[in-house]
Amino acid sequence: MRQFELTFIVDPVLSGDEINATAQTYVDLHKKEGAEIVHVAEMGLRQLAYPINNRTTGIYYCIEYAVPSGEINAKIELALRRDERIMRFLAIKLDKYGIKYNDDKRNGKIGTRKRKETKKDDRKDDRGRSRSGAKVTPKPKPAPKPAAKPAPVAVAPAAVAEEEE
Amino acid sequence: MANREDIKFLSNPKIGSKRSKYCRFKKYGIKHIDYKDPDFLIQFVNEQGKILPRRITGNSLKYQKKMATAIKRARHLAILPYVTDLLK
Repeated sequence: MRQFELTFIVDPVLSGDEINATAQTYVDLHKKEGAEIVHVAEMGLRQLAYPINNRTTGIYYCIEYAVPSGEINAKIELALRRDERIMRFLAIKLDKYGIKYNDDKRNGKIGTRKRKETKKDDRKDDRGRSRSGAKVTPKPKPAPKPAAKPAPVAVAPAAVAEEEE
Repeated sequence: MANREDIKFLSNPKIGSKRSKYCRFKKYGIKHIDYKDPDFLIQFVNEQGKILPRRITGNSLKYQKKMATAIKRARHLAILPYVTDLLK
């Protein structure tokens, strides 16, 4: 069995019933062609990043399905291309990690919020460490300066600048 | 007077050293990149919506490729823009 994921954007100008009917036709089409529907996600009305057919919003749907062979995809693609209610679509094959990811997401193991927080925290931690590290190192520095003659101190910045260049 | 070793000792050793880059996908064990998640993908894109190179993101080749495909898919579905200004 191969698992695929089909995402499509439905025209938002249609009424609510028509939008649901559009999504339902494709679920039915999949079932008719012998596909096993794993999950249907309605991602809702979203702002498009750029206008498509003079529309700035779209209703996103995502159908996940498993089929014994990929031959069904050509038929579905043809139906989607002929349909004027569909603005865009994308069908991709899921690898084992993709299947696991979608399962986890459905079970609430992966949350976009949680992920963001962890990422940001890590960054802050790293920055904090580097800053604290930078603060710690200069402190022992002033001690050798008085010990060394004043001349090397004056020379040092110029030499450093040269090295950096 | 000031030989080379003295200068090295007096200059801040952290000035020239860069923070080491790492592949965050390998580090956090992320195996799959979702193209439907713009908040995540936006981290790998500059203000104009261009994909950042590997030398800046620090990703391994495997995940940089996957990430690039995910961004291209997101662009096709109008989740991310192809061209823009002031994305961030």
